Amino acid sequence: MKLTLKIWRQKNAQDKGAMVDYQIDGIEPDMSFLEMLDVFNQDLMSKGGEPVAFDHDCREGICGMCSLYINGEAHGPDRGVTTCQLHMRMFKDGDTITIEPFRAAAFPVIKDLVVNRSAFDRIQHAGGFISVNTSGNTIDANAIPIKKEDADNAFDAAACIGCGACVATCKNSSAMLFVAAKVSQYALLPQGRLEATDRVLNMVAQMDTEGFGNCTNTGACEVECPKGISLENIARMNREYLSASLKG
Amino acid sequence: MALDSKIPNGPIADKWTNYKDHINLVNPANKRNLDVIIVGTGLAGGSAAATLAELGYNVKAFCFQDSPRRAHSIAAQGGINAAKNYQGDGDSTFRLFYDTVKGGDYRAREANVHRLAEVSTNIIDQCVAQGVPLAREYGGLLDNRSFGGALVSRTFYARGQTGQQLLLGAYSAMNRQIGRGKIKMYNRHEMLDLVIVNGKARGIIARNLITGEIERHSAHAVVIASGGYGNVFFLSTNAMGSNATAAWKIHKKGAFFANPCYTQIHPTCIPVSGDHQSKLTLMSESLRNDGRIWVPAKLEDAQAIREGKKKPTDLTEAERDYYLERRYPAFGNLVPRDVASRAAKERCDAGYGVNKTGEAVYLDFAAAIQRYGKEQVLIHHLDANDKELIIKLGTEVVSNKYGNLFQMYYKIVDEDPYKTPMMIYPAVHYTMGGTWVDYNLQTTIPGCFSIGESNFSDHGANRLGASALMQGLADGYFVLPYTIGDYLSPDIKMGPISTDTPEFAAAEKNVKDQIERFMNTNGTHSVDYFHRKLGKIMWDKVGMARNEKGLNEAIAEIAALREEFYKDVKIPGVANGFNQELEKATRVADFLELGELFAKDALHRNESCGGHFREEYQTPEGEAQRDDENFAYVAAWEYTGKPSDAVLHKEPLVFDNVKLVQRNYK
Repeated sequence: MKLTLKIWRQKNAQDKGAMVDYQIDGIEPDMSFLEMLDVFNQDLMSKGGEPVAFDHDCREGICGMCSLYINGEAHGPDRGVTTCQLHMRMFKDGDTITIEPFRAAAFPVIKDLVVNRSAFDRIQHAGGFISVNTSGNTIDANAIPIKKEDADNAFDAAACIGCGACVATCKNSSAMLFVAAKVSQYALLPQGRLEATDRVLNMVAQMDTEGFGNCTNTGACEVECPKGISLENIARMNREYLSASLKG
Repeated sequence: MALDSKIPNGPIADKWTNYKDHINLVNPANKRNLDVIIVGTGLAGGSAAATLAELGYNVKAFCFQDSPRRAHSIAAQGGINAAKNYQGDGDSTFRLFYDTVKGGDYRAREANVHRLAEVSTNIIDQCVAQGVPLAREYGGLLDNRSFGGALVSRTFYARGQTGQQLLLGAYSAMNRQIGRGKIKMYNRHEMLDLVIVNGKARGIIARNLITGEIERHSAHAVVIASGGYGNVFFLSTNAMGSNATAAWKIHKKGAFFANPCYTQIHPTCIPVSGDHQSKLTLMSESLRNDGRIWVPAKLEDAQAIREGKKKPTDLTEAERDYYLERRYPAFGNLVPRDVASRAAKERCDAGYGVNKTGEAVYLDFAAAIQRYGKEQVLIHHLDANDKELIIKLGTEVVSNKYGNLFQMYYKIVDEDPYKTPMMIYPAVHYTMGGTWVDYNLQTTIPGCFSIGESNFSDHGANRLGASALMQGLADGYFVLPYTIGDYLSPDIKMGPISTDTPEFAAAEKNVKDQIERFMNTNGTHSVDYFHRKLGKIMWDKVGMARNEKGLNEAIAEIAALREEFYKDVKIPGVANGFNQELEKATRVADFLELGELFAKDALHRNESCGGHFREEYQTPEGEAQRDDENFAYVAAWEYTGKPSDAVLHKEPLVFDNVKLVQRNYK
């Protein structure tokens, strides 16, 4: 396949940045999108250019490190995948592909397609945990039975990989789906109920501090989420937040 | 220097308890005056960081990723072992200990493995208390599955994302401590050297990967939890960034490196599709619970399939060779990984491979779908003759258990594994070898500890499935927090350690010189060019089957490649900024040394054991032939200037509780 790539190039956080056009040939449908970028970078370097910086690590869709806004969609045109799982068979010979970083005020660009998502970590620091010590001297794991349905729903929420596609997709750059996933996971489990009130208040407060926007229920985040985190989690978080606010 | 493993005296079941009763403790007020550096935030590093911070130490944690949550433990799929015996199927601490020593082909240290089995049950309690959503049965209790090399169901899991959920549990425990200010987190930082002051590890030199700044960080102890070195093969199931640099740097500063040749080639990975391949994807071993592995029984069928003239579903039962069930009737598809991998290679080498490259076998779920479907029909009182319904319901059960893996396969290969068998082939996955540590998990450098995959101690020559997660969390949550206190107790009055010393300056200069050298080489080839070449040498000559001639060639070729690398590598961009090529260069430089030591170790070990298979040493049936008389020891290598000059130290392995026999899974 022969492709035209339009890629966001930005030297560092201070640089203004711009889209730059490139041509590439010899791309095979079995390549992953990031392997295509590997080939492209090797080619670029052999011509004396500086390779395009992009985040990636596990390349199997679980670490959440890869990002990329491809042809106007977070993680590209396929559904239920991260960019590293996107394959070139989703594109045609002669296509033009636009590649940009995940854009949000809370995700400043570090270089080219690499952004800083530490705001997500700081939200987790504010309450994304259950306050048990890690001594191992707790009760037996089977002492509290948990309904399979609740455990499964908690798992579905916990499957979030923290990639930031929800934020990049949202017209308001809202982090509600990300925060709601963690709030829901713990809200659904008896172990997490004890601190539910503080958790939701603190995490939402931190989310606002970081400069993420409001949720206006467009549902775009759910569509682009590579792990299928459901909007129901946002509804659950809103209920948790409301009842916490009333208590507070 | 004689190796002292510091294994406590007494009966094996009492060693750890007695030991804990008699070590030195640090009182809570004094812990506040002690700093600990932890490099790596996977299951081992993350759990250690959280626990040490909770105990009161000041922790500085480092990871090269943009968040500790991304460490490659996240990708572990299948599960975590624990001797809970919830299933009442005969499991016990001793049995988990025994299975692990046997699975490791009798090349692990008994005392460490027993301790691992002892604390395994605590891990599950801990994780449930942290809100880790492990799989449950309809009665609300935890579910288990079975894994290779065991006759009991002791594996706890969270669908196909067990590593993710356990890591996020450790990450949540870290977050609590980061929020309290007890852990200072350094994301996007890479450790590039260890600083030793008066014979003790007292700090590290790290590069800030965003600004390129070279930073000095001091502490009273340094813990390496940087994972394994599988990426020495270029293609592996490791993450792209997984590297051996932290472990290798401490090796060059005096930490012995043990058993580098013990590498696990995982039997169920998605086969290589082309030259552009950047990494390999694992399909969890848990799939072997329900999937049956086969190749065509006749060569002409294999050839027809390779040429696209036949499909796997065209072949009748009689035309298939379920070779694991045939060769190992007792364990069948659940033989340990090393055995399963070699059996796949044997069939493919004999011409029975089923993809274009001839390097793939089938993993088939048709029988499992039928079996589960029939069960569902009975449970729900439905029409037992409705074949389509049976397939539909069976597919749902399989999807519930392995849905994410099937989806992953579909996205990569573009074939639906519910309808046609998966194609799989072995790939480099885990390294049992690593930094030598004593019972305290301390390396041969005082104050420098090594935990999780980066040490060598628990898995011998082959790791059993679902044991890596167990070991990482055991080391971090329950072992290191005790042993490091014993080491730190004399340091309570020391106060903060200055970084303004000649030792820090010298280490920093060393790092800066290396970076400058890379930036100024201005060669003609990229880092990947050399890394791929190294990987090819390793896979061809130091891979699943090794022999003396090939290993000698590999040693020479790697040394030559290393020389070429330093002369001809090209690093674009700048050193004082974000530069991914430079990051790769520093990592590959270390792989180019480690690979040579790896081959040297494989050459010296004139036996086959676990993941180390020397073609010269095999039984008439082609199984690994150990030599317990001459090789029942840990090979711990001391760095003396270059890999070829490494000096061998032997730690004899003593087996008081397990009888050494040839592993038999028939």
